[in-house]
Amino acid sequence: MEALFLSIKLALCVSAILLACGIPLAYWLANSQWRGKFLLESVVALPLVLPPTVLGFYLLVAMGPRGPLGWLWQSAFGHGLAFTFGGLVIASVIYSAPFAIQPLLFAFENVDRELLAASAVLGAGRLRTFWRVILPLSIPGVITALVFSFAHTIGEFGVVLMVGGNLPGITRTVSIDIYDHVQSLEYAQANHLSLTLLGISFAVLAIVYGMNRKVGRRLWATWAAK
Amino acid sequence: MLSVQIRKELHRANSSPFVLDVSFEIPPGITILFGPSGAGKSTLLDCVAGLTKPGAGRISIDGELLFDSASGANLSPQKRRIAYVFQSLALFPHMNVEANVSYGLANLPPDERRARVEAALAAFHVEELKARKPAAISGGERQRVALARSLVTSPRVLLLDEPLTGLDAKLKSSIIDDLRAWNSAQRIPIVYVTHNREEVDALGERMITIDHGRVIDSGPPQQVLDAPRRKRLAQAAGFENLLQGKVMDLRESDGVMRLRLEASECEIEVPLGYATPGDLVRIAVRAGDILLATERPRGLSARNVLEGRIDSIEQRGTIVVVHVDCGVNFTVHVTPGAARVLELSPERKVWLVLKTHSCHLVAD
Repeated sequence: MEALFLSIKLALCVSAILLACGIPLAYWLANSQWRGKFLLESVVALPLVLPPTVLGFYLLVAMGPRGPLGWLWQSAFGHGLAFTFGGLVIASVIYSAPFAIQPLLFAFENVDRELLAASAVLGAGRLRTFWRVILPLSIPGVITALVFSFAHTIGEFGVVLMVGGNLPGITRTVSIDIYDHVQSLEYAQANHLSLTLLGISFAVLAIVYGMNRKVGRRLWATWAAK
Repeated sequence: MLSVQIRKELHRANSSPFVLDVSFEIPPGITILFGPSGAGKSTLLDCVAGLTKPGAGRISIDGELLFDSASGANLSPQKRRIAYVFQSLALFPHMNVEANVSYGLANLPPDERRARVEAALAAFHVEELKARKPAAISGGERQRVALARSLVTSPRVLLLDEPLTGLDAKLKSSIIDDLRAWNSAQRIPIVYVTHNREEVDALGERMITIDHGRVIDSGPPQQVLDAPRRKRLAQAAGFENLLQGKVMDLRESDGVMRLRLEASECEIEVPLGYATPGDLVRIAVRAGDILLATERPRGLSARNVLEGRIDSIEQRGTIVVVHVDCGVNFTVHVTPGAARVLELSPERKVWLVLKTHSCHLVAD
């Protein structure tokens, strides 16, 4: 159970951070005229194609005492980053980033440009336009981003194993705990945990998709009738 | 007084570069900006509103500069205090009518804001809709809300891009009456873009015609609508086929009108001109612009296919001149090779194909 709560805590942290960082980044990607934008887009999408072990390996190196991240963390907090909960959060944020950025980007890009022009002509600056027009019309995208980053973090294994190791209560997430149980042939415990995870995941997805569909459909109806 | 003097090059996909190059002044009251689709009207409004930057020129209201390429001045759309009603209206779908209308008044104290919103909703007769979302009201009501939302901010200029498209005439004129009533107190310049003759007649105080990015004429609507025939239409010289036709109907959304040629049964489609049904107009078609077929052509983009009989054929150097009787006489030029392959001979049944834009309206 400890592992399960750890996983949920990790997923909540990662979703919150990704939402906070993903919204400005996706907004910038949706509106920037910068020619090198595709480079950043590629970097953001990298975790989709890389095996988690490759990503995990580089993160581990970067977080080690001689890696740039690890060194920074060490000088700021006085302890290393690898094999800590903090390290796990950073690794998971990077690994799950595309799952938050893509839906946000899609939602922002799909807001009718004429609404933005209307907002500008009515005197609203970028920030007001964003809060009053873009964000409310992108709610389904925001919810999708939240769910995807949450679900993806709950389910991850490779990166966690590489970066976090297997410390009970600190980095032993539920997926790793299940793996451990299977390794020691404790199928009953493995099944118990797996079933709980399956149930929770399904419940979260079902609730959110249900809500999203309702919200999405209402927005769509308003939109289409325009 | 809105004063505009701008030049902007536009690069459109699949067509040659287009240059918008206009200069005009708009006094308080409704001025119609008239011209066919693609004439540059919307781009012009975007430049005035500050949504698009002109390549060069200056735009000012009552002497205050909004844009000046010489000094580099370019006020943001937020600071121009120009209201703009888009063709799509661009009402915020997630806000109710009241929130839409008060959107532009963010800087006012709540009491004053409420009072102004009430006044605007009342002026356009939509006060009872204020809790509804745009999707839950009719097209005409949405247009009224869009006008209220724009005018509540006390703009210095109002730009309207075909705002009443798709409404029936009665609804249109009642909205136009409300707009007039509102502006009789404010007296700001209103630029009203349309390519619809009915709206010109209903609104007309003053009009500016633009085409291909240039101002063609300006003045009172009746005078402007009559003048272009002489000014911009093709000269008859150099056309082998000069025909007279009676205008049957105008299809403004397609940019064409149908003519019945002289005393014949032939009906053809020609580019829209400044004419009303029943008018007699003259069109000119080059003999080399007409295609000749010996079987009824199918699957063509050309709109005009006329059936006829060959009267006579004569070879003049490298051109074969074919006279065809379709009820009206046409002269068609083909190459000697084509004449041989098609085995053209007098009395043979043929079909003529005329592209709409090969039919030029000409001066009387």
